[in-house]
Amino acid sequence: MTFLTETLAWLLDPAHWVGAGGIPTRLAQHLLFTLVTLVVAAVIAVPIGFLIGHTGRGRGLAVAISGAFRAIPTLGLLTLVALWVGIGLNAPYVALTVLAIPPILAGAYTGFEAIDRKIIDAARAVGMSEMQIVLKVELPLGLPLLIGGLRSATLQVVATATLAAYIADFGLGRYLFEGLRIRDYGEMLGGSILVILLAIVLEGLFALAQKLVVPRGVTAGRPTDIPGGSSRSRPVMELTIEEGNSHVRNE
Amino acid sequence: MIEFHSVTKRFPDGTIAVDDFSLVVPSHKTTVFVGTSGSGKTTLLRMINRMVDPTSGSIDIDGADIGTLEPVKLRRSIGYVMQNSGLLPHRKVVDNVATVPMLRGMPRKKAREQALALLDTVGLDRSLAERYPSQLSGGQQQRVGVARGLAVNPNILLMDEPFGAVDPIVRAELQQELLRLQRELGKTVVFVTHDIDEAFLLGDQVVILRTGGKVAQVGSPAQILANPIDDFVSTFVGAERGKRSLHVENHGNGNIVVDETGRLAGVLVASQSTAATASGSESRAGPRGPGASVQGGDSR
Repeated sequence: MTFLTETLAWLLDPAHWVGAGGIPTRLAQHLLFTLVTLVVAAVIAVPIGFLIGHTGRGRGLAVAISGAFRAIPTLGLLTLVALWVGIGLNAPYVALTVLAIPPILAGAYTGFEAIDRKIIDAARAVGMSEMQIVLKVELPLGLPLLIGGLRSATLQVVATATLAAYIADFGLGRYLFEGLRIRDYGEMLGGSILVILLAIVLEGLFALAQKLVVPRGVTAGRPTDIPGGSSRSRPVMELTIEEGNSHVRNE
Repeated sequence: MIEFHSVTKRFPDGTIAVDDFSLVVPSHKTTVFVGTSGSGKTTLLRMINRMVDPTSGSIDIDGADIGTLEPVKLRRSIGYVMQNSGLLPHRKVVDNVATVPMLRGMPRKKAREQALALLDTVGLDRSLAERYPSQLSGGQQQRVGVARGLAVNPNILLMDEPFGAVDPIVRAELQQELLRLQRELGKTVVFVTHDIDEAFLLGDQVVILRTGGKVAQVGSPAQILANPIDDFVSTFVGAERGKRSLHVENHGNGNIVVDETGRLAGVLVASQSTAATASGSESRAGPRGPGASVQGGDSR
């Protein structure tokens, strides 16, 4: 109980809501850090994922590399990179980008792979170029799963970005490390709660986005006689059983 | 005119889909490739718009070797209708039809106007234009598919089992619609089916294929029915059995045509203008079909 009252007292202390070390500043830092990491990871992972999904080649390699990336302990990588590039934000950026790439990559290529081959074939047969197939067919139809990958990456980065404070005075993680050092458990728990709240808010936003990007034609005309069966979250249509399609292949 | 010159297609796994195939597909006529699965009929069709390139041999369209043409450009000049319509699920009906003209640079507004007119052509109500493909029935989707195939006003229309996935009644409707369209538009239609009745109904020229993409027989439906070249063809067209094996029985003041099973196939009447081809229009409603003097064969 004392932890909770301490936490509440820490969170409600007006002194903690102002200044360079205040909650709003650290929250903004944390958010910005997450955003930059995601953008960098997406810039790397999305084109590679699209290429794999479009050509159907290199998937085995991508799965292997993603798996290897995931197995890397982030704290270990962070320390290693920090020893190499020094104290500051560069090391956490590198470590967390490595963490964010696998889910985005998987979202990008599974999104493409889940599209009925007949639709792609027809698009090609009527005269779409490969680039037009990617941009006008595969991207809109694969977007929900790509957003799903970004969502999963965001969650991991927001939570793990606390580690940035391990080697830099940055983000909400600072409260955890500081609290640990001075044994202020109220501060530690308060910081944790803030991270959790941020994660939940972002998760909600992405869940919403994921629903909104499902193309209308994909959800329209679904049988309405299935009570309570929301079809909105179904990202792709015509997943035929005989082709053994499955949009959740490795994740 | 489409000419196949000794075309062979061997897939990387070694299967020979098409073997030394030569054929002239006449302009403004319907040519039907018919055969069982594995007869290479779809491969032949897809070679015409370079979705598949032959291993050897060449294909000419109006004298130009298509191997020298850019595939994307070639495909935009040829109509393509496939089974399951192949429509883009995230685009409205009208936008699906307008897709290819817009790829060719037509302004969106004009392409959409033209798409609406094409819906009329294929017998679809314009109120369906703003719907998505998944909101249409299978038959309606196929009509949209045909409209999309016609959207660039191509000389050639490729149809890959377009009516394979709809129920028999809708299929019969769509077949009649295609015959009507073909009378009006006179495209060079290349049609693939595994259904010999559909082939005889729609085809001016029917190409019966054996396994491995070998031609068994080429000819008009009447020629093939009258002179099946061998046992394979007569078995395939069903000439020796049941519904196609007809004889005449005299019943007082009328000659009745009866099939092998004893079922009444129709009434023998004096020939009007066309010969008894058994490929003419078939009426499902009664035994007396318009045009053809003998009702040979029921669609199913």
